[in-house]
Amino acid sequence: MMSWSELLPLLVVASSLVSGGLIVLLDEKQKTARTILNLGGAVLKVVLVGFLLRGVARGSVYEFHFPLTDDLEFALHASPLSLFFVTLSAGLWLLTTIYAIGYFEDSPNLDRFFAFFSFCVCATTGIALAANMLTFVIFYEILTLTTYPLVVHSGTPAAMRGGRIYLIYTIVGGAVVMLAAVWLQSIVGTYEFTQRGIMADVSPDRYGELRWIFALLMIGFGVKAALVPLHGWLPNAMVAPAPVSALLHAVAVVKAGAFGIVRVVYDVYGVEFCRQIAVTTPLAVAASVTIVYGSVRAVYQDNLKRRLAFSTISQVSYIVLGTAVVGPLATTGGIVHLVHQGLMKITLFFAAGNLARALGVHKVSEMEGVGKRMPWTMAAFTVGALGMIGMPPMAGFISKWYLGRGALETGQGWVVGVLVASTILNAIYFLPIVYAAWFKPATAAWAKQKPTDASEVRLETRWSLLVPPVATGLLTVLIGLFANVPFSPLDWTKFIVEQEYLP
Amino acid sequence: MTQPILYALAGAVMIGIGLFGAMSCAHVLRKMIGLNIMGAGTFLVLISLARRTPGPVPDPVPHAMVLTGIVVAVSATALALALLRRYYRETGRTQLEPAGDQA
Amino acid sequence: MMFEILFFGLVVLPLLGGCLAFLWRPLAVPANGLVVVVQLVCGFGLASKVMAEGPLTYEAGGWDAPLGINMYADGLTALMLVMVAVVAAAVVVYADGAISLSDQTMDDQQLFWPINLLLLASLNALFLSGDIFNLYVTLELLTLSAVALIGLVGKVDALAAALRYLLIAIAASLLYLLGVAILYSVYGNVDWQLLGGEFRPDAPSLLAIALILSGLLLKTAVFPLHFWLPAAHASAPTPASALLSALVLKASFFIILRLWFSVFPFQDLRAAGLLLTSLGVAAILWGSVQAIRQTHLKLMVAYSTVAQIGYLFLVFSLAGEPSVAFDAWSATALFAVSHAFAKASVFLAAGSLQYATGSGEIESLAGVAQQQPVTTLAFATAGVVLIGLPPSGAFIAKWLLLGAAIKAGQWPLAAVILIGGVLAAIYVFRVVGLLMLSDPPKPTRPIPGRMQYAALSLAIMAATLGVVTAPALRLLGVDAPFGRAADQSLSVAEVVKTFGSSESSSKLWTSSATDGISEGVIEEASNDELE
Repeated sequence: MMSWSELLPLLVVASSLVSGGLIVLLDEKQKTARTILNLGGAVLKVVLVGFLLRGVARGSVYEFHFPLTDDLEFALHASPLSLFFVTLSAGLWLLTTIYAIGYFEDSPNLDRFFAFFSFCVCATTGIALAANMLTFVIFYEILTLTTYPLVVHSGTPAAMRGGRIYLIYTIVGGAVVMLAAVWLQSIVGTYEFTQRGIMADVSPDRYGELRWIFALLMIGFGVKAALVPLHGWLPNAMVAPAPVSALLHAVAVVKAGAFGIVRVVYDVYGVEFCRQIAVTTPLAVAASVTIVYGSVRAVYQDNLKRRLAFSTISQVSYIVLGTAVVGPLATTGGIVHLVHQGLMKITLFFAAGNLARALGVHKVSEMEGVGKRMPWTMAAFTVGALGMIGMPPMAGFISKWYLGRGALETGQGWVVGVLVASTILNAIYFLPIVYAAWFKPATAAWAKQKPTDASEVRLETRWSLLVPPVATGLLTVLIGLFANVPFSPLDWTKFIVEQEYLP
Repeated sequence: MTQPILYALAGAVMIGIGLFGAMSCAHVLRKMIGLNIMGAGTFLVLISLARRTPGPVPDPVPHAMVLTGIVVAVSATALALALLRRYYRETGRTQLEPAGDQA
Repeated sequence: MMFEILFFGLVVLPLLGGCLAFLWRPLAVPANGLVVVVQLVCGFGLASKVMAEGPLTYEAGGWDAPLGINMYADGLTALMLVMVAVVAAAVVVYADGAISLSDQTMDDQQLFWPINLLLLASLNALFLSGDIFNLYVTLELLTLSAVALIGLVGKVDALAAALRYLLIAIAASLLYLLGVAILYSVYGNVDWQLLGGEFRPDAPSLLAIALILSGLLLKTAVFPLHFWLPAAHASAPTPASALLSALVLKASFFIILRLWFSVFPFQDLRAAGLLLTSLGVAAILWGSVQAIRQTHLKLMVAYSTVAQIGYLFLVFSLAGEPSVAFDAWSATALFAVSHAFAKASVFLAAGSLQYATGSGEIESLAGVAQQQPVTTLAFATAGVVLIGLPPSGAFIAKWLLLGAAIKAGQWPLAAVILIGGVLAAIYVFRVVGLLMLSDPPKPTRPIPGRMQYAALSLAIMAATLGVVTAPALRLLGVDAPFGRAADQSLSVAEVVKTFGSSESSSKLWTSSATDGISEGVIEEASNDELE
């Protein structure tokens, strides 16, 4: 029989698998049952993660091992970094579920949507809790599969095209990761993710191969993490409905890629070893190029979601940049940005979804004056936007601050230049929107229409669509304000980083 | 040359003829005949092998194999003929179209 | 005693059942149901017994080799039998639904049942065979049943395909028989375990190997000898297509695998091994490309079979490296099982879709997912297994094969393995994407529940096969060929003596190896100790 410490990580992963499986069996018309399963599954997951957190804080170890062959096993382990990501996933999944229920109302194919939605989070949780590369790759590939039906949900030719592009990128990326992972295993044997990496005993004449493997891993994970030039799928995937964009871009796919890069640098190679074999600088360059390129492209997008997509491409590379600059401060900035960027971006996407759904606003040029019509939504949007720019006291400021200081500490001043440029560009493409929304008169088509939805008369839109963005916006502010409080994301990150850099 | 070897060579020649006929003739019935000749040749080789053991009594095992083989060959031929008859009834043709990789 | 019961249940029962079902029609369907259940019980029973006690042998009629017919069950056999049992169960359920639907004459369709029983009997007998002549007999029976199933309904293209397949199969079998004859003349017996102990790579033996391999390669439809397969598998009735792609091809492949590693001195046949692997590579690439080009659904699936069979042949040059031999070999066996489940499911789903839309063309599938969600899910899930994505057994198998290729330094193989997956993704997702379009749905005929859920359960099993990798590998480890430091200098008498007692454990073979303890021995020893 399995002990609780083995069972719990498995349950955390499986909770969404079960709820998704049950939803598959439902009929389309059983709305209440579906809603109960959805919310129930999400709440259950949050509760289970809470147990994990409490247990780990008290020093318990949660691991699950399932042998497959003599050398390969499926393993889960609740390490501090895993928990960091899993808490983000579970929390944001709950909010996105609420949002999605409100968003879709009575659209068709909701059984399919919510089932794969659940499976998708199951895969993300698995990625977070994976204890070795095999388990990671297994869930990484499952993530590709479970997100495909979400991207093509609406079934239009545009959606299918977006889905096709998505698949091409992610399946090829997956194949590259698999190649690299197997190659690495052939050199170092079986291993688990270990702080400071496992490369201690590798002889130097294999360093050339290790560099190749590193490059392959960066390419493979870089597809999902939208590193330039592997980012092509992301703007096209904006054709997906808003809850999907919110989840994919804040939590699931993009973060999974970034998380993969983090894992490889810290827990497979070890950050000091990376510097030793001189792979950190190319990575830093790639991340910087992505940061700047994404921001520049964002400036020229009129479609709101596409602008946010390019913003994501840019922002996620802050995490990669943090890993590539070798030093505790930069590492802190990068890892904490996992949570910060997640919260801020999901706020923005929730807001964008509300604008599209209530007012038919898809373009930036249509957003003039919308602040008066949808004040809560725009307030959340403003918070997210300011956070992206890096304005205190939003969470985004904290990440940038640490990244900048980390860069200076290691003598890589040019990184600060990249951060400054990115901040300026962020301001260029976010501030005008905020200004126009609040201070300009409304001129677009929606201004002349009366609200049709009963819920939109009292409140600007349904409460299930308002609570999530307001909640995440509020969190963004609070996390920034109270960054030094124990158990804040920053505090947690510092704990993780300490273990990586201790002698 | 000893007798068994002569028979074996004859068998080998029959296999060659049969295989060639099966591959080059277009009419299915002729292919069948070719395959049967090939089969007969194989059995002949087997029987001649039986004779090679020392002593007056030939090795019974190849004989058993040949009997089994003949039964199998007859059944297969019967099935082929039945299929051919049905095919002919449906299409009026006795030749199969060449099989290539379809586009 | 136990083996006799198992043998009865797996071989005699379906054989008798098939013959009786021909004569007395009302018996046909219940006989199939009974056989399927018995097969599952016996298959799993045999597997657990082999895992616990090592390989099993049985002398039919009490006569010893070389005169008698020996049955032999090791880990590989047991795994294959389980594969047959599971796939057959699903196909029988499906066929029950499909036959009740068809507008063909009832008589023709009903013939499926007795012929299916003969097919299953021959499959089981083949996997259990202990000598190479028995393999010939069972292979022939298998071919005849398969041909009959293809031509069952009497459509013209099916008849032509069946006829072509039969002619080729007869020629192939004769080549095989000739090879067996030569081997008998050189070594004086046909028991493959005895042969393995005394095989020498001299001229007649090499000729025999060439003949046997040619025959078997034709039957397994390896590029470029695959030309008969697409038409045969595509135009057959759906349950037959599933059985053919999933099981029948695996039978002739099983013989190649068995003979190559346990009988032939494969260490000396490096060039031939390389040739086989090259054919496999060509099959993967050519088959996948052709599958992508197809417009007819079942033809696409058939070409996918041509491609996936290629993966099975990669092991022949990988097993030359002792350190990766067991991995590559067991990965191949796992891949075969995974493919059987997945391909059967894909064919069943494709058949259902073809029925529902009334057309066999891929384009007509647009938007069908909304009306046929279960079948779409089955197709998509099984398709994902064909691509080799987790958590399927194919994923683990590919991981192991990749590892073996990289460790052996064979980078082109590694590249091909991955490219094959990407190509498969192209043709699978082309169909899945079409299915999921939101076009205003054209009305489709309702598919009976049995058909839908048979395909789906097989798909789910294929997709989760990765979970049972550990027990499967333990099973395969029982008397695996890489426990044998095949010592060529043993005399026949010594070998016969050690082989005399039945139900001997795997250590018996390895203890007779005089020099060099290969890794496989240690692996097997540790396997045994684990129990």
